[in-house]
Amino acid sequence: MVAISKIATGNGHGENSPYFDGWKAYETNPFHPTDRPDGVIQMGLAENQLCFSFVKKWVIEHPEASLCSAQGVNKFKETALFQDYHGMPEFRQAVAKFMGKVRGDRVKFDPERVVMSGGATGAHEMVAFCLADPGEAFLVPTPYYPGFDRDLRWRTGVELVPVVCESSNDFKITRNALETAYEKAKEADLRVKGLLITNPSNPLGTILDRETLKGIVKFINEKNIHLIGDEIYAATVFMEPEFVSISEIIEEVECNRDLIHIVYSLSKDMGFPGFRVGIVYSYNDSVVSCARKMSSFGLVSSQTQHLIASMLSDNDFVDSFIVESKKQLFKRHKYFTWSLSRVGIGSLKSNAGLFIWMDLRKLLKEKTLEAEMDLWRVIINEVKLNVSPGSSFHCNEPGWFRVCFANMDDHTMEVALLRIRTFMLKHNEAMVPQKLCRRSSLKLSLSRRRDGFMSPSIMSPHTPLPQSPLVRART
Amino acid sequence: MLSSKASCNSHGQDSSYFLGWQFYEKNPFDVVKNPAGIIQMGLAENQLSFDLVESWLRKNPDAMGLKNKEGESVFRDLALFQDYHGMPAFKNELVEYMAKIRGNKVKFDPKNLVLAAGATSANETLIFCLADPGEAILLPTPYYPGFDRDLRWRTGVEIVPIHCSSSNGFRISMHALEEAYERAQKLNLKVKGVLITNPSNPLGTTMAKDELQSLITFAIHKNIHLISDEVFSGTVFDSPCFISIIEAAMDSNLERNIDVLSRIHIVYSLSKDLGLPGFRVGMIYSNNQTVVAAATKMSSFGLVSSQTQYLLSCMLANKKFTGKYMKENQRRLKRRKEMLVSGLKRSGINCLKSNAGLFCWVDMRHLLSSNTFEAETDLWKKILCEVGLNISPGSSCHCSEPGWFRVCFANMNQSTLEVALRRIKGFVERSRLNYQQNMGGFSRRLLSNWVRKLSSADHREEQER
Repeated sequence: MVAISKIATGNGHGENSPYFDGWKAYETNPFHPTDRPDGVIQMGLAENQLCFSFVKKWVIEHPEASLCSAQGVNKFKETALFQDYHGMPEFRQAVAKFMGKVRGDRVKFDPERVVMSGGATGAHEMVAFCLADPGEAFLVPTPYYPGFDRDLRWRTGVELVPVVCESSNDFKITRNALETAYEKAKEADLRVKGLLITNPSNPLGTILDRETLKGIVKFINEKNIHLIGDEIYAATVFMEPEFVSISEIIEEVECNRDLIHIVYSLSKDMGFPGFRVGIVYSYNDSVVSCARKMSSFGLVSSQTQHLIASMLSDNDFVDSFIVESKKQLFKRHKYFTWSLSRVGIGSLKSNAGLFIWMDLRKLLKEKTLEAEMDLWRVIINEVKLNVSPGSSFHCNEPGWFRVCFANMDDHTMEVALLRIRTFMLKHNEAMVPQKLCRRSSLKLSLSRRRDGFMSPSIMSPHTPLPQSPLVRART
Repeated sequence: MLSSKASCNSHGQDSSYFLGWQFYEKNPFDVVKNPAGIIQMGLAENQLSFDLVESWLRKNPDAMGLKNKEGESVFRDLALFQDYHGMPAFKNELVEYMAKIRGNKVKFDPKNLVLAAGATSANETLIFCLADPGEAILLPTPYYPGFDRDLRWRTGVEIVPIHCSSSNGFRISMHALEEAYERAQKLNLKVKGVLITNPSNPLGTTMAKDELQSLITFAIHKNIHLISDEVFSGTVFDSPCFISIIEAAMDSNLERNIDVLSRIHIVYSLSKDLGLPGFRVGMIYSNNQTVVAAATKMSSFGLVSSQTQYLLSCMLANKKFTGKYMKENQRRLKRRKEMLVSGLKRSGINCLKSNAGLFCWVDMRHLLSSNTFEAETDLWKKILCEVGLNISPGSSCHCSEPGWFRVCFANMNQSTLEVALRRIKGFVERSRLNYQQNMGGFSRRLLSNWVRKLSSADHREEQER
């Protein structure tokens, strides 16, 4: 047989991780409120589905933003031809403005530094290609998003060295942890080219405080390595303390700006993962230039640039969207964590993201990875919830699970909570207070509104669902 | 500080191919605002048939306005759809469209189709799947300058050229193929495949069945892959009709079929045929399941926007529209190509006989001061700066013979092409005059005066229209 590449035959795509195994379980038996009420509920997908009715209203009221309407079709030709890797100026300006607004307009972003990419996935790979050679390394604080193993390493040949963070101090990134990781890399003969932080954190849902960020900037300056700030959850900060971006810190701390790069996307903040809008924003001119050339491999569809440019230039819409989104996330987060605490389940205190970092350490038979996997299999197969085990995020301590809460409607959330309660009752033999039951039945009746939330299109990135209208092949 | 990829030149943008574009961008032709500006003839775009698409869109507002047949909003479903297998409805339409272009002589399975962000991304992804850094792909010259970046830059794979010459119309001879393979061996480069572009960019020609089958035999014999970039397959406007590599492979005897199909891979895109380069719709088609699986995962780095998948699946589903579009588009391309060829002929310039593509491969060897690439570059600079036409010199396409240029004709309206042809005529006449009067030497100043006078005459002509 004819040989193919090592990259294609190897496991660098990372899909053999339990992170994806849970999705496979979900895909073979996905929950549906009427068709499959006993199916697995997807809580392993960090999507933001809480504000669609808000966005839909804007789309309907602005037909010119769609090329396919009577009002927009006169822009069809020039848009269909536009393949300039600089990106549409109006698109870059709108994105730069949005990024500023998300940071409370405390910093301004230069549209000339906005470089497009195929989602944040494409952005991360592109940054790795620009900053590091095969065999070199990035430091990444644990726990971290499992996709990084593929995005930063697979085709680039770059290595990842974990910066181990502990639950004892709420997984904060300490100077000590950074130094330890740096030394470890040196011992393994790996040249460290940069540090990648995700802020707000996936999977923790926390933000980095000002002092920690300053410390990180000082660290990378001293070591003369790059700092990549993945800020794709910036607009999901729904509660105090306020989000602080690297872009703000570099105004306060003396630093070599050529080392600073931000990865952004509209997939989480706006809930548009399908549109593939990824952004690399670098303070280094050479990186901007190189990334721009590389963006040819993953430009944003001009049709999408046109829509997004229209949408994000509408200041009133953007301002109200940001407020509304935070409100919905806050509400959902509060209800979810409160309900969990009522049955004795705690989680890391968080104020951002589309998930919580659930603490199930006391449910483990023993403090081992195997015990975590056993518990996880029980949650998938018996409780029928796809949650993501901490080990898939390289967490050094077993018993933590990432649970997403923003990718489902109220009814599905209730079903999930009911299952969790039932499961905990079996284990704790604790009584559930009566008040909780009444409140939950109230929630159930409210959620029957026809506002799109009842749509069964809960998607897996891997296998299309039979229920989705987009998946039903049309002849 | 940065990676070696960031600091090297493998992005290929220092080529004259791209430098010409930069000149154009600083001084672009506009019939009203800048009639003396540079006319872009270095961009292989198809702008001839947009009115057909726009008329379809106007007739189908609801289907497209983010509403499905039942009138329900699909916005949310689209915004969430990030499945790297791609939208089934879209892929079903694509395989039917691809089959239609090939006269329905082959059938494609949507499961073997992997979407990518344009052919740029598809080509790179395919190379990542087939070759390791330091290995090599053979490419017949002349070839599309973008391949230097797409196939090599981030993959670390090498390109070894298969030298083709005008003596046989730049066809790929077995001798040239073997010679390229030997050369790679001598350089200690392991050859993993051959990549052909069919219809050819920059030649505008299609390959015959026996040529394709010789390539397949070669690939089997050397146990390597065969990639066929067929992005221009829908632009075949004249006989001979297009024969895809898959069709040629189907003709092989049955025993070898599975083996043959596992080493053949097609790259396609909607950028040239449908004239939609901005939408970034590229794809890989392969019967090799390992390649499909790996490429599918890699497509995460450049998925097609769901919004675009939806729009195009609706458009391609209308078979009447696609049938009418294909026929009319090819008719317009043929007419436009004939206009360029006959216009050039009147200036004493010939083109390679072509039946496809958005460009002609133009023979300007007789205009070179000497049979060298330096002379070609001088001629190119003159045509760019004095005549004001951005055409692509053969050296940027790695042509082994100086004096050939790729000239695009489908990315402008008819009157702009007429301006371009007049300018060329003027230039050729001046060159002839210059040569005749060059006994003692024609001073540069006089020449530029002539040029100025003639271009302002051009100017006046424009204003008079």
